[in-house]
Amino acid sequence: MNGQAYIVGAYEHPTRKAPDKTVAQLHAESAAGALADAGLTKRDVDGYFCAGDAPGMGPLSMADYMGLRLTHFDSTDVGGCSYIAHVAHASQAIAAGKCNVALITLAGRPRTEGHSGVIPRPAVAAVPETTWEAPFGAVTTNMYAMVAMRHMYEFGTTPEQLAWVKVAASHHAQHNPNAMLREVVTVVDVVTSPMIADPLHRLDCCVVSDGGGALIVAKPEIARSLHRPRVWVRGRGEALKGTAGGDVDLTWSAARISGPAAFAEAGVKPTDIKYASIYDSFTITVLMQIEDLGFCEKGEGGRFVADGNLISGVGRLPFNTDGGGLCNNHPANRGGITKVIEAVRQARGEAHPAVQVKNADLVLATGIGGLLGGRHGSATLILERE
Amino acid sequence: MNERVIPAPSVDAESQPFYEAANQGRFLIRRCRACLRAHWHPRSLCPFCFGETEWSEASGEGEIYSYSVMRRTEPPYAIAYVKLAEGPTILTNIVATPFDAIAVGKPVRLVLAPTDGAGPPVPCFQIVG
Repeated sequence: MNGQAYIVGAYEHPTRKAPDKTVAQLHAESAAGALADAGLTKRDVDGYFCAGDAPGMGPLSMADYMGLRLTHFDSTDVGGCSYIAHVAHASQAIAAGKCNVALITLAGRPRTEGHSGVIPRPAVAAVPETTWEAPFGAVTTNMYAMVAMRHMYEFGTTPEQLAWVKVAASHHAQHNPNAMLREVVTVVDVVTSPMIADPLHRLDCCVVSDGGGALIVAKPEIARSLHRPRVWVRGRGEALKGTAGGDVDLTWSAARISGPAAFAEAGVKPTDIKYASIYDSFTITVLMQIEDLGFCEKGEGGRFVADGNLISGVGRLPFNTDGGGLCNNHPANRGGITKVIEAVRQARGEAHPAVQVKNADLVLATGIGGLLGGRHGSATLILERE
Repeated sequence: MNERVIPAPSVDAESQPFYEAANQGRFLIRRCRACLRAHWHPRSLCPFCFGETEWSEASGEGEIYSYSVMRRTEPPYAIAYVKLAEGPTILTNIVATPFDAIAVGKPVRLVLAPTDGAGPPVPCFQIVG
């Protein structure tokens, strides 16, 4: 079972503001970076994965722009966690013999183009919920904020506990020269920053950045031929959650399904995980996933993340050592690929020395895409260094 | 209080009877003929059992399940999930209520709130009492 597919290349585009580049160019530059990291060339790629940030219909325009010759492709889009699911789909396709080397790309310019989480996304009339929901001003921020509000009501979670997630991310970001926000912040800084959507403050929200990233997944024979640490895909899980016909319960996310599925496939427990990349669109997103993945009991997330428990070298669960979406980068308003990239860096021992977790041979990357308080997807990966 | 102008909903074949009733001051939800459960948002096949559904007048009573006041827009507004007495929880706005009076668990009552231009009213809620 060991090693059906390996992540052999990972690259995060260094830009955080790209007014002079196109989105397609950022995809291609990210792809070139990941191929160089792996020691492969574009001619080796026969599988391609992208999501809604890729300009054009599914993979058609980007595959043509980059000049790819493909035997397999997949443009599953479940928002920001799509690229975590793509790693799973790529590993399945490789195991099934559909392709040998799969490229996954993400890129976007929301900072340059002025897109953020307080602006409604364009309403599409044929989407069945549009007529029922668009009038009420549901945007990214308030659809995560309602989850935080309910969590506080149900479990007594405090704004200060949520703030610890941002504090931990900022401790890591100070070591990342490419991070958009490198200043270390305090709990007081977070809870005194301007309120965006109650109870989420400005510093509870991720950055809006331009940029991109890419991953290369390859079959074992190819991974063994490359001169890079070998990181294989050991566990995979995916799930969707919606408004359930009105049976709304904001106390859990789809990670409650994707997480245990990944742990079961990997045959490991949350306590075995040395490092976790946890999608941090907002502080509440991290807290919810930590509970749903089983790192603590439901409702205990606030106490779990407090007092530096997520800081590398300090706490029990070092997370997002690149600074995450909260401080480093959230390209295309989608953070899934950067979660996998930093998990690969940790598994290889190539994270910044100040945040590298010792013997990080078993790591996790998980994400939520879409709206945590509405319809969302979740994808979880468990990766192991061989 | 300066309240946000609510955009008119895009009416489609499945929602047209709802908005026609709303124009007459009635609040309809949809209930399954097979499993008898009410659901939200309305659809022609039951999201629980795929049975055929029919319109059913709702009481307009409920309580706040969660909410958030959007502070970054002018004017600010309160989005909420309200759990209806009939069971389903509905995405909505809390209107005609000071923001500091809104809280999880508080009872609310339906307000069919006007929308922009000639749009039909949409189901919003205000705190009772």
